[in-house]
Order: sequence, then structure tokens, then C-alpha cells
Amino acid sequence: MGKTATKSEMKTQEYFINMGPQHPSTHGVLRLVLELDGEIIKQVIPHIGYVHRSIEKMCEFDNYRQIVHLTDRMDYLSSHMNNEAVCLLVENALEIEVSDRVKVIRTIFSELTRLASHQLWWGVMGMDMGALTSFLYGFRDREMINDIFEETCGARLTMNYNVPGGVMFDLHDNFIPRVKKFVTHFKTKLPEYDNLLSDNVIFRERTEGVGYLSKEDAINFACTGPMARASGISNDIRKHKPYSAYDRVEFKEITSEVGDTFARYKMRILEMWESLSIIEQLIDNIPEGEIQAKTNALIKLPKGEFFQSVETARGELGVYAVSDGGKSPYRMKFRSPGFSNMFALDKMARGSKIGDLVAMMSTIDLVVPDIDR
Amino acid sequence: MDNEKLKSLIESWEPEAEVSFEGLQFLTVVVSPDKLHPLAEKLRNDAQTNFNFLTCLSGADYKEYMEVVYHLRCQETFEEMVLKAKIPTRVKPEVSTVCDIWWAAEWHEREAYDLFGIVFLNHPDLRRILLDDDWEGYPLRKDYDDPVNVVRY
Amino acid sequence: MIMGSNIFDFSSVTRPFHEWLLENLSPGLTMTIEWSIIGLILILFAAISVMALVYLERKVAAFFQLRLGPMRVGPWGLFQVVADFLKLLMKEHIMNKEADKFLFNLAPFIIVTAAFLGLGTIPYALGLHIFDINIGVFFITSVSSIGVLGILLGGWAGNNKYSLIGALRSGAQVVSYELSVTLSILAIIVFTGSLQLSEIIESQANGWWIFKGHIVAWIAFIIFLIAGTAETNRGPFDLAEAESELTAGFHTEYSGIKFAMFFLAEYVNLFIIAAVGATVFLGGWMPFHIAGLDTFNGIMDYIPSILWFFGKVFMIILIIMWFKWTFPRLRIDQILILEWKYLLPINLVNLLLAAFLVLKGWHF
Repeated sequence: MGKTATKSEMKTQEYFINMGPQHPSTHGVLRLVLELDGEIIKQVIPHIGYVHRSIEKMCEFDNYRQIVHLTDRMDYLSSHMNNEAVCLLVENALEIEVSDRVKVIRTIFSELTRLASHQLWWGVMGMDMGALTSFLYGFRDREMINDIFEETCGARLTMNYNVPGGVMFDLHDNFIPRVKKFVTHFKTKLPEYDNLLSDNVIFRERTEGVGYLSKEDAINFACTGPMARASGISNDIRKHKPYSAYDRVEFKEITSEVGDTFARYKMRILEMWESLSIIEQLIDNIPEGEIQAKTNALIKLPKGEFFQSVETARGELGVYAVSDGGKSPYRMKFRSPGFSNMFALDKMARGSKIGDLVAMMSTIDLVVPDIDR
Repeated sequence: MDNEKLKSLIESWEPEAEVSFEGLQFLTVVVSPDKLHPLAEKLRNDAQTNFNFLTCLSGADYKEYMEVVYHLRCQETFEEMVLKAKIPTRVKPEVSTVCDIWWAAEWHEREAYDLFGIVFLNHPDLRRILLDDDWEGYPLRKDYDDPVNVVRY
Repeated sequence: MIMGSNIFDFSSVTRPFHEWLLENLSPGLTMTIEWSIIGLILILFAAISVMALVYLERKVAAFFQLRLGPMRVGPWGLFQVVADFLKLLMKEHIMNKEADKFLFNLAPFIIVTAAFLGLGTIPYALGLHIFDINIGVFFITSVSSIGVLGILLGGWAGNNKYSLIGALRSGAQVVSYELSVTLSILAIIVFTGSLQLSEIIESQANGWWIFKGHIVAWIAFIIFLIAGTAETNRGPFDLAEAESELTAGFHTEYSGIKFAMFFLAEYVNLFIIAAVGATVFLGGWMPFHIAGLDTFNGIMDYIPSILWFFGKVFMIILIIMWFKWTFPRLRIDQILILEWKYLLPINLVNLLLAAFLVLKGWHF
């Protein structure tokens, strides 16, 4: 037996935990190295890149029509918006005028995708907090949207409905009645979401006042989307740089000054209401028109640099393309919302507990393929 | 602030900068790597410009030279501009980091280092971010060749 | 009022058997045979009740989550649990190379033993009471606290960082909530004046304590439900497992039959907590009696006492499952704050109130 250490001789050591790459609440293959002092987090070191598929390199070999198909593999939950970003970039570069019908269809689809993404997020957020029932509730409503997508474009998740110059097919005959049915259905279900999670005492206790991100920090981290708006930044691309039919609908940009986990949660719940209202405004007056503008089979962009951003469910997706006049871009860069939002996690998580970290990661709304590209 | 005014302002700060906006989506400023950091700091901190939001940072390889492209935005007015650092060499491209100006740059710069081999001086944690630590070469460079994994057609 | 004469007394079966054995065999042998039979029955009972509970849990969860639950194996998926159990039996035992092998293997046995010890003292029906000691309640609360030792050992021996955090959490949690469970039962013990479970039940022949004990019993019952849920490590207090935070918490490293033992113990503990709650607050096997209404009481007595007992246990289990499938999980500091800042002081005041009521003779 060695001699017993006196108090001054005893040393404490940080406890490192590898959270991931396989872990129930990292939503994919993300690895976080946590430096812990008991339950308290001292540092979070994210390691990303486990699903890096070199989409940017692949873009340099593909033509623009093919690139559209690559983008919905990035943020598969807002696949429609990702497609739209590339299509808008091409259309703006070639100055193609798309018809009003296409614009409205794209907007409705975008909002439906946003709703579907937020529903999934809401379910998963509950599950991360230990309330397993919300997961199934979220999926119940999401299923209706996926069915609508399936009917019109054949796919449920990675839809590829957009093509440069328009959309691939015209709307299915059932589309309008089904969307209307969904909107009335979901309006009764959204208060249920509030009953189950938002107004729950335990949920409030766990989310309010944790994971604080100030406005200055959020700007500095270049956070976008609901996460930034919860910190008081008004940066909704739909409002500030309207594309498609967003300039002709009335909707509020939801912001909050609080900046904690609950504020980020509430942002998305309120955003769902706004999305419903946008759909309601458009669904009854979809103008007639061509669904595709005339484009060459092989699209060639003029020489130059182009940048297009859209508001996905997670934030701003920026597409930066350099063209040398050929059929493929010379350089393509995707500014994915998750990449910047994820970087703020360390700042938010320091000093909070492991349970809080899981809740925070939920409110960032991680989609790892979006971060890794 | 309109582009004309912004152009004269930037030229007064940095006479060597090439500023152009005609026919372009955003006002674009091209500077040499050693001039980048002071100009970026001015663009961020000056009350007239106040480009406090780094939307996007990308590297680019133009075979003879390399570029780092900064898409900047003023969060309050939603004005946007593009700042470019033109690095004349491809052998050991170096540019000063801007992650002390915009925190968001830290990961973006790691990505540019990872995929282009651009070294950001004074970066606090310059490691590969997306690829393995022992990856050889910089995949997004135009002369990168990987006969096994890259399919050309 | 004495207990109803219509209640079927199980001792009318067991006593002749005991006497017949005594006539033919030596007392030592009689005891051995009886204990082996009881042991066998208990193991069988535990296995069956755990299977029933797992099935129930899955169906309850499915009901809350708008789905059907297991439906494929057997009618309404009844044999799904059997299939799951067989799968667990046949799975490989995986052990971490750096694990402390002896403690790693010991932990599941400790936890199961603790659970089974509790099962022995519960009065299932009139006369169906294996081990009626005069410190029954005390015994149950003490053996149920051995279980945490298994969790701590299992979490530590597996040499897994998640397990260790899970074990630490559960150590803090179970030890704290044991106080509340015991104190809330104590509030009723003040009324009954006895720790013996059979006496507690008999004291409820003219009405269950939840009705007789004024507000005190209600407060005690609610605290018991909360603390009992926490003591069995179930949601929203399932921090030791905390699937979304610690993958599987203290049993991350366990597989196969050893994991099944943790699983078994969890549900046996759930049953014990519900059974103790039913016994102390809801009269155990005692039918629903209203003092003075003899005819009504007589009719109630025709319902077998074993049904009364399991009906009450079922109700409490359902409530606990309802908690799990509705609430989000608490955080570790919130769990401890809830116990030490709220439940414990309320409990102490409640106990004082109970003593005051008894002193004044204001209870029924």
C-alpha cells in the first residue's frame, strides 16, 4: 500500500468522452469530443467529415442539370430548397424568365419541405430530450406531406422536382385538395405540439436559460436560419433577398431577442405557422402557365462568378459558382447553413451539462451530410 | 452605400486594391495576401461599411494563382460585397487568417486548407477538417489526380 | 369491522399441504421442500410478470404513439416478448478487454437478487404471503436499495465512459429518492402503527388509506409515485440510461443474458414499487370497502382478493408508464433539486401533519 495522498497532492483530470460518430443524438455521423468536469462541459471539439462525399469536386465534372441532383443529397430534409438554389443560380446567370406558375409551385413546395423538415426536427427534439412520443407525432404529420410529394414528383425525400428553367412535371390533380386538407389538418395538430412539449414544465425547465447565444456572437459565427433569428438577427433570405414568389406573399419574419434553447425551439414552431399561412395564400391562386422555360439541353453558363442564396429549413444555403463558359462549373462551393451553425456549438455549450448539450444540438437542427457535403 | 461610394472608400484605404462592380453581381475587391488582413479589418470595423457577416469563404485554384474569396454582408443593411485575396503562388500559398475578425472564418479556413492547401497564417487550429489527417494532396486543386476514386468522363 | 368472511383465503390450500408434509417428513425436509417450491414459483412468476409487463409497456407506448405495437408474432404480437427473450438468451457475451471481469459478471446478479428479495415479502392475496415479517416495509425499502450497488458496479466494471457517468448519476439519484419513498410510506405507517404488511392491509378493511388519510395520504401517494418512478430509473428520471445522452448508460457494455438480467430487474422493480404503493395506499388485496355499508362490502368481497391486488398494481404501473411516454427527461441537477429542495421538505412536513392527525385522532 502506498501512502495516502494528501489533499494538496491529489490531482483532478478532465474526463474526455467521444460522443459519436455513432451516437443516438448526433443525428448521423458526427463526432464530438467532450471535455467534462463531472457533468459540466468545459469544451466541445467537433470532428466532422465522416460523410464527406466531395460534392464540390463532383460538381466540377458534372453539367448543371446533374448538379441539381447532387444537391439534395446535402441537406436531405430541405432537398427542394437545395435544388432551387442551383436552379435559381442557373436561371439568374442565363437570365431565363421562369413563369409565375413555376414560381408559385416552387414556393409552395419549399414551404411544404420546410414544414416537413420542422416536423421531423420537432419529433427528434422531443426524442433527444427523452420524450419519445413526440417523434411519432411529428412523423404522423410529415407522412402527409411526403405523400403529397410522392404523388406529384414520384419521390418522397430527395425530390429533384426542380430543373433549371422550371419544374419537372406539372402538379398532380390531387395536389391542391390534398394540400388544403393537410393545412386544415395540421392547424389542429400544431397546438398539440405545444401541449405535448412547449408547455411542459420539464421541457421549459430544461430549455429556458441554457445554451445562450448573444446577437453579437451569432453574427460573428455567421449563424443563419431559426438559430440566428432566435438571437435577434433578422436575416431571412426570403424577406431580404426574395426569390420565387416570396415577394408576393405576406409573412412575418419571426425573431426573438432571448437566444436560449427554448427561443430556438419556439422559432421553428412559429415558423411552421408562417409556412402554413404562405401556403394558404398561394394554394388558391396558382397561375396558369408554362412549367418549363425553354433551355438548351446542355446548359452553359457565361464566364463569370455567381452567388445565390436561399433560405432552407436550417438557414442560408449559398451557392457560389465560378464558370469558365463550359458545361460544368470551374469551381462550385456550397455555403451550407449547418457548417456555420455547428461551429457555434462550442461557445453555446461551455458550462452547461451533457443533457443540455443534446438539447442544444437538437435546436441547431443538425443534418450531418449538410455539414460535410 | 452605393457601389461607387464604396469603391472610392476602399480605394482610399487601399490604393493597390482592384475594385470593380460593372457587370458583376457584387462589388469585388481583389487584393494581394499581405494587404488582406488590414483591409478586412477596416471593412468589418468601420462604421461606414460594417460588413460584419462573413457569409462564405471559399478557396479557388486558377492553375497559375490561387484565390480566397470572402463573401461579406452587412447584417443590418443586407449590403453585400466580395473580397478576394489573390495568391500568386501555388507552391506554398499563404494568406493571413481573418478568424480574429469574423469567428466564422475558422472552420471555413480549415476547409480551404484541407481542400486547397492554402495556409492561413496565425490560424489557431489549422488542421484538416473534412478529410483524414493523413490524406495526401489537396483534392480541389485542378492538378489533383486520384485514379482510384475520381471518375472522369 | 373485521375483514370480510367471503374473501377466499389461500391459506386454506397452503396450510393442509404444509400439515400433510409435516406428517410424512421431518420438519427440516418440509422446510427445504417448501422453500424450493416457493423459489420456483417466484422465479416463474417473475419471468411471466416481466414478460407481461414488457408486452404491456410496448402496447401502452404504441397506444400513446398512435401505432399498434407488436402485432406479428402470435395473436396481437403476444409472443413477441418470448421471441425477444430467446434472442437475448442466444446472443453472444461481449466483454470489454479492460473490464473488471469478476465485478462485471457480479453486477447483474446483485441487481436481480435485490429485485427478487423484494418480491418475497409482498402479500399477493389473503393468505398468499410468503414472508410476513414484522418489519416488512422496512425490509422492502432496504433490499431495494441494494439494487443501486449493482448499477454502480456494472457501470464501473465495464470500463466504459458512458457507463461510468450513468452509474454516477444513478448513484446520486437512487440514494436521494430512496429517502422520499421511505418517508412517504412512513406517513402511512404513522397511521397504521405497524411495519408489518399484513397489518397494514388489515387496517384498511374499513377503507383504504388514500381515502381515510385526508390530504396527508394524497400528498404521500403523489410523492411516492414520483419518487418510486425515480427509484426504478424509469422515464422521466431515466438518467442512468439516458439513451439520447449516454447511449445506454450503465449497461452499455452488457449483452445477451446479462443485459436481460438488467432488463428483468428493471421490470421486477417496477412491479415491486407498484405493489408496495398498492399495499400501503390502496389496501393491497383488500377489496373496496366503505365503513358501514355491509351489503356493499359483502358484494365486493366476492371479487377474489388476488384480482384486487393485481388490478391496483396494474393501475399504478399504467400511471408510471404514462409518465415515461409523455414527459421529457429531467437533467441531473434538476432531479436532485426536485428531491432535496421540494419532495424532502414537503415529505417531512407531511409526516409531521400525519403525526398531528394521529395525535388528535382526526383520521377515520
